[in-house]
Amino acid sequence: MLEISNLVKRYGHDEAVLKGLDLTVEGNSVVAIVGASGAGKSTMLRCINRLVEPTSGSIKLNGNELVKLRGAALRRARRKIGMVFQGFNLIDRLTVMENVLAGRLGYVSLYQAISRRYPQADIERAFHLMERVGIAHYANKRADELSGGERQRVGVVRALMQEPEVLLADEPTASLDPRTSEQIMILLQSLASELELPVLINIHNVAQAKTYTERIVGLRHGKMIFDGAPADFNKEALDAIYGGIEAPDDEITEAPTRVGEGVSHDQA
Amino acid sequence: MPVSTNEQGEPIWRLRTSRAQWLGYLAWLAGISLFLLCWKLISDNTMWVFVEDAGRQGSDLISRMLPPQWSYAHRLWQPMWDTLNIATLGTLLGIAMAFPVAFLAARNTSPHPLVRSAALVVIVSSRSINSLIWAMLLVTILGPGVLAGIIAIALRSIGFVGKLLYEAIEEIHPTPVEAINATGASRMQVMSYAVLPQVMPAFAGISVYRWDINIRESTVLGLVGAGGIGLQLNAAINSLAWNQVSVIFLMIFVTVLASEWVSARVRRAII
Repeated sequence: MLEISNLVKRYGHDEAVLKGLDLTVEGNSVVAIVGASGAGKSTMLRCINRLVEPTSGSIKLNGNELVKLRGAALRRARRKIGMVFQGFNLIDRLTVMENVLAGRLGYVSLYQAISRRYPQADIERAFHLMERVGIAHYANKRADELSGGERQRVGVVRALMQEPEVLLADEPTASLDPRTSEQIMILLQSLASELELPVLINIHNVAQAKTYTERIVGLRHGKMIFDGAPADFNKEALDAIYGGIEAPDDEITEAPTRVGEGVSHDQA
Repeated sequence: MPVSTNEQGEPIWRLRTSRAQWLGYLAWLAGISLFLLCWKLISDNTMWVFVEDAGRQGSDLISRMLPPQWSYAHRLWQPMWDTLNIATLGTLLGIAMAFPVAFLAARNTSPHPLVRSAALVVIVSSRSINSLIWAMLLVTILGPGVLAGIIAIALRSIGFVGKLLYEAIEEIHPTPVEAINATGASRMQVMSYAVLPQVMPAFAGISVYRWDINIRESTVLGLVGAGGIGLQLNAAINSLAWNQVSVIFLMIFVTVLASEWVSARVRRAII
C-alpha cells in the first residue's frame, strides 16, 4: 500500500509544484494520473522514489516512510519501487539482457555488476519475464536495435526485475505509436493483476486512462482536483483539469474500443 | 530588434540591426589595422639580408642531406623501437591516471565541488606544460633515459585524455543514469553501468588519438636526453651530418604515417 500525505515540492523559491498532495493506493489497483503539462505529475512520481527530493510531507510504502531515507537505506527502498520512463531510458550500447539485469543492481555487489556475474536465479527470472512480454529472443541484441514498443517492454521488464512492491510509469506510452501504446497499457494492466502490484501511470491520453485503469486522479497546479472511477470522469472533470488549456476533443471522443473486454467508458 | 515594420506597416526581418551591422564593420576595420601594424613591426625586426639569402641556404642544406646515408639506418632500429615504447607505455600510464581524474572532474560524476576543482587543477597543470618541458624536468630529476621519456609522455597525456574524457562524461544522456539510480544501484554501480558504456567509444577514440600524438612527440624527447630517436637526431645535427639527419627524418615520417593508419583503423573498429 502506498500512502502519500501532504506532499509538497518547491523548486528553489518558486511557487510550489506540488501543494499538499494526499493519495492512497491499495493492493493491485492501476491508477492513472492525468493533468496538463506542468501540473506536477512527473514530480509526484519522482518524489516517490526520491529522484526528486520532496520539500515536505510523507510517503509510506507498506508502512515504510520513504521521505527521510538516506544512503544505503534509500537504495534498499528504491529496489522495491520499479519505474518505467517515457524515453525508455535504456542503456543503448548494452544488450537487452544486460539492461534487464540492471534491475537487479540493488541486490548485487559492484563486482557482480561490473563482471555481469548475476546469480542464476536472476537470469532465470530475466528469461521468464522477457518471455512473458515477448522479447526473450532479443536477449543478445543491443538495446538500440529494438523498436520503440520493444524498448519499452525492456524497460518494463527491468522494473519488474526489481521485484517491486509498486510500479511507477511516467508517460510510458507518450513516445509510442497508438497501437503500440495500447499494447503497453494492456501489458501494464495485466501485470498489475498477475503480480498483485499497485501501478501508478502518468498519462496524457485520457481515453487510454479511462480504458485501461480503474481509478483516475486528476492534478492541476499541484493539487488533486479529481479522484474517482473512470466512469465518473466526465466532461466536467476534464474541463476542471484541462480547462483554459487546449485539450483536443478527439482525445475524449475517440476512445479505443476493445472487443471481449468489460471495460466501459463514456463517450463524452 | 531585427524585426521591425516599414512605412506600410509590413513586418521586415533582418539578421542584424543597423547598429550591430556598423559595430561589425568597425570590428573588421580594427582587426585589419591590427594585422597591418603587426606586419610592419615584424618586418622592421627582420634582417632582410638573411631572408634574401634563404633560397640559397635552403637548397644548400638539402644538397647536404642528399643522398641520405642509408648505411646509417641499421643504427636507428633500436632508438626507433625505444621511441615507440616511450609513446605506447607513456600513453598507457597516462590513460590509467587520466581515467579516474576525468570522473572526478566531470560535473555529473564528481563527488564534491572541491574534489572537482582539484581534478581540474591536475588536468590544467598537465596540459599547460609541453611534453618536451616535462622531459627536461624529468631528465634533471631521474637522469637521462627512456624512463624519463615515458613519464614525460604520461604526465602530458593525463591532461589531454582527462579533459576530453571529462567533457564526454558531462555530455552523456542523463536519463539512463536516472533509470539506473531508480533501481537502487550504488554510486559506483551507476558509474559502471550507466555512465561508462556511454563514454566508452569516446574514451577509446581519445586514447588512440593521444597515442598517435605521442608517437610524434616522443621522436623529439631525445633532444633533451629523454631517450628515443631524438638522441640520434640531436647527435647528427650537432655533428652536421645532414645526410644522417635526412635518414632520421624519413624514418620518423614513415613511423608517423604507420601510426596514423593504425589509429584510424582502431578508431573505426571501435566506434
